[in-house]
Amino acid sequence: MTTTNPADHTMSGTGPTGPTGPTVKGPKRFDKPRTPQGKAARWGEDRLGIAGGMRKQLNKVFPDHWSFMMGEIALYSFIILILSGTFLTFFFDASMAEVRYDGAYVPLDGVQMSRAYASTLDISFEVRGGLVMRQIHHWAALLFMAAMLVHMFRVFFTGAFRKPRELNWLIGLGLITLGLVEGFAGYSLPDDLLSGTGLRIAAAIMQSIPVIGSWAEFLVFGGKFPGTVIIGRLYIVHVLLVPGILAGLIGAHMALLVKQKHTEFPGPGKTEQTVSGERMYPTYGMKAGGFFFIVFAVCAALGGLAQINPVWLFGPYNPGQVSSGSQPDWYIGFLDGSTRLFPSWEIRLFDHTIPPLFWPTLVLPGIMFSLAGAYPFLEAKFTHDKSAHNLLQRPRDVPVRTGLGAMAITFYGVLLVSGGNDLIAKAFDISLNAMTWAGRISLLVLPPLVYAATYKICLGLQRHDREVLEHGIETGIIKLLPHGEFIEIHQPLGAVDAHGHGQLGYAGTPVPKKMNQLGTPRRPSIRGFFYPVREKADIQAELDALAAAESSREEHRERELTD
Amino acid sequence: MSTTHGAAPGEQLTAEEAAQLSPEEAMMAGAEADGVYIVHRRDRFPIAGTKAEKRAERTIAIIFLIGFLAAVAFIVVFCGAVPFEWRLPGTGNQNYRYFTPLIGGLLGLSLACIGIGVVLWAKWLLPEEEAVQDRHDGASDMTAQILGAGTLVSGFEDLGIARRSMLKSTLGLAGGALAAVPLVALIGAMIKKPNRGPRQSLFHTPFEAGVPLVYYDGRRVSPDDLLPGGLATVFPGVEGGTKDADSPTLLIRLRPGQAVKARKGQADFGWGDYVAFSKICTHAGCPASLYEQKTGRLLCPCHQSQFDVLQDAKPVFGPATRSLPKLPLNVEMVDGRQYFIARDDYPEAIGPSFWERP
Repeated sequence: MTTTNPADHTMSGTGPTGPTGPTVKGPKRFDKPRTPQGKAARWGEDRLGIAGGMRKQLNKVFPDHWSFMMGEIALYSFIILILSGTFLTFFFDASMAEVRYDGAYVPLDGVQMSRAYASTLDISFEVRGGLVMRQIHHWAALLFMAAMLVHMFRVFFTGAFRKPRELNWLIGLGLITLGLVEGFAGYSLPDDLLSGTGLRIAAAIMQSIPVIGSWAEFLVFGGKFPGTVIIGRLYIVHVLLVPGILAGLIGAHMALLVKQKHTEFPGPGKTEQTVSGERMYPTYGMKAGGFFFIVFAVCAALGGLAQINPVWLFGPYNPGQVSSGSQPDWYIGFLDGSTRLFPSWEIRLFDHTIPPLFWPTLVLPGIMFSLAGAYPFLEAKFTHDKSAHNLLQRPRDVPVRTGLGAMAITFYGVLLVSGGNDLIAKAFDISLNAMTWAGRISLLVLPPLVYAATYKICLGLQRHDREVLEHGIETGIIKLLPHGEFIEIHQPLGAVDAHGHGQLGYAGTPVPKKMNQLGTPRRPSIRGFFYPVREKADIQAELDALAAAESSREEHRERELTD
Repeated sequence: MSTTHGAAPGEQLTAEEAAQLSPEEAMMAGAEADGVYIVHRRDRFPIAGTKAEKRAERTIAIIFLIGFLAAVAFIVVFCGAVPFEWRLPGTGNQNYRYFTPLIGGLLGLSLACIGIGVVLWAKWLLPEEEAVQDRHDGASDMTAQILGAGTLVSGFEDLGIARRSMLKSTLGLAGGALAAVPLVALIGAMIKKPNRGPRQSLFHTPFEAGVPLVYYDGRRVSPDDLLPGGLATVFPGVEGGTKDADSPTLLIRLRPGQAVKARKGQADFGWGDYVAFSKICTHAGCPASLYEQKTGRLLCPCHQSQFDVLQDAKPVFGPATRSLPKLPLNVEMVDGRQYFIARDDYPEAIGPSFWERP
């Protein structure tokens, strides 16, 4: 074999040696690999020259924290959605042509329905494993949206969106917005009674846009609702257009993450200029890869064991029917809630109408998403913070931001709960009108209250951290002083001054609050959830063994690169 | 592998030197060249083959084995061990009920075993490691910035955009117009003029003078059909009338003693103790289908607008702003029996409001 790779220094001097040549240590092994792996590596390297670039990526360091897994869950659910969705496309027929059902599900025998609905029934009843795939797809979609939202909360509350990561914040917001569209398009496809009702509301929302409303509806539906084209159009939007954009944005989101490297929490040895943790290969990659399977496992188990969207119970879409307690998928719920709470305010001007639907379904989400998108820039402007940040903040250390976040979540939460206020009214036997009024009042009153409470809680937590740093940890040991006073003994965390006050300053990291949290600063010294993972004696024995092993290791350093 | 790709700092080894390194040492040297410093690294089981290590390995192996069995069981169930065809309860083999839970559960178990096994492998058996990597982020160094900016500006000068304003403006014109082409093509192909023709008008429904009222199955509606307090969803008896999204109409027979306060000019729209309102909610277009006959209230389940039938279907709660439009009724005699017909279309647009609506 000859190689033309000029960078391959190992070629020079040695030259090709015959297979009969003596086994020489060193360069020769790389010229003429003998193992299949070696040959494959040689083949690839000669053509791509990626040894250096690949090594750089394999060595990439990722920090470890449970809250960093939310984005991973979102990414993995997206992959699961593509896998399960591809399966579904082989059987789904996105046509609104009318057929008479004569499939396996006898209760709907002879019912007139669209081919879209009929093929969804076929997937559920006649395609082997079709129902489980449908349900995995639906559960993964719910998980995708939930994981993105919680990931957004994590990024917000820890300040991970600050410079230099504002772009990724915006991309993330785009992903959530497109996820909403994608989810709505997806669950509209079966053309059942529930999704048809949702589409009718979507048509009414388009109609409500001032000036161009009717034009928008006629453009999207190809005429008056429902028309005959909407399912086909939503299908291509759902399986090609939006997933394509989503995949591109996810790629950009990940590329920025790789370029900018992950943020991490402050701690001993953590600096703005470095990132610490485990290398991509092998440890982090293995954990992340394993986690993909775990997320998939949860979706598969839910898809098998927890029924979702049983469209055969709803029946085909019929504009004259609706079921009570109609609920959209949870991520659309906040829009349903805002629509229910918004008062009946209609603007009529010079023979024209701006319907009440326009404000809670288009203007309000527009404001919500714009505020979210603008937040990193607003915060930088108001705090005059122009520097780049790679270390995260604890939510308590930024009470205003944490309060604003809690306020936004409360606002969103009231809308979401109001999206199901009829179910709550029914379950607890409350008047529906009372629920609506409770929602309207809560929407205005709760967020500021939550802001104030969160702000106070943050300050309290800060104060407690400072107190422990100054006075030490409460030991629970009560001491009676000679003059009769009872005091609790405090364990200082470090050196104390003449007054017994601690000298440690707050460093933006968790402060141990209990005696058994003392030990190494980063992790509790005894690990395990229900009981310690290892007995202390074991640890000592292992440490002793470690010392012995270190010396024996030295001897084995001699071993060669395995061919 | 080739060794001197990219002259990263610290990557000073010759190929001969590098070839003498153990894989671990080579990894360390490579990592250092990438700005990755492994500050802590130790085998979790420094002595090979201890009981604890074997136990860990065995546990993970058992988990993988369960994953294997679950996957095999999935295949067996999927390929016919359990039937999957739906059967009406009480007829045929009902074991299909277990098919979906079984394959979902087994697939989940198999995936979970692989996932958990791999994670445990990483956590229990891989060396404990703490690595620190330089970030090198933020802006490039000043030289790189100047050179990069120079490249951009020089290209810009080569193009001469500043000097050749005629080219700039004409290309801008052509490009701008061309950029509008895809948008125009898509919108132009999709656009439909609203309210063209009666079937495509937001102001009209298929009802017109003399159109019979029918049930969903096509039977005609007679005043004898409903008891007082009763209600039926009726449609215009024309081709496609039951499929038209604007045509569902609520025919309500009032209870004795109930009377509807009619809107101006609509006093004669009812017939006897019957009134007919559009079923399509004036808020978002859902069917307002929950009728409480004692109070005469209609509730739309989507956003809970409530209409008082006795006040001429005026909205009394919730986000709806307009009363449900009222259909003028009449009857005709066919074979000695009375049947409902529409006297005209609804006097106003039905369903959710829109800009063009007065």
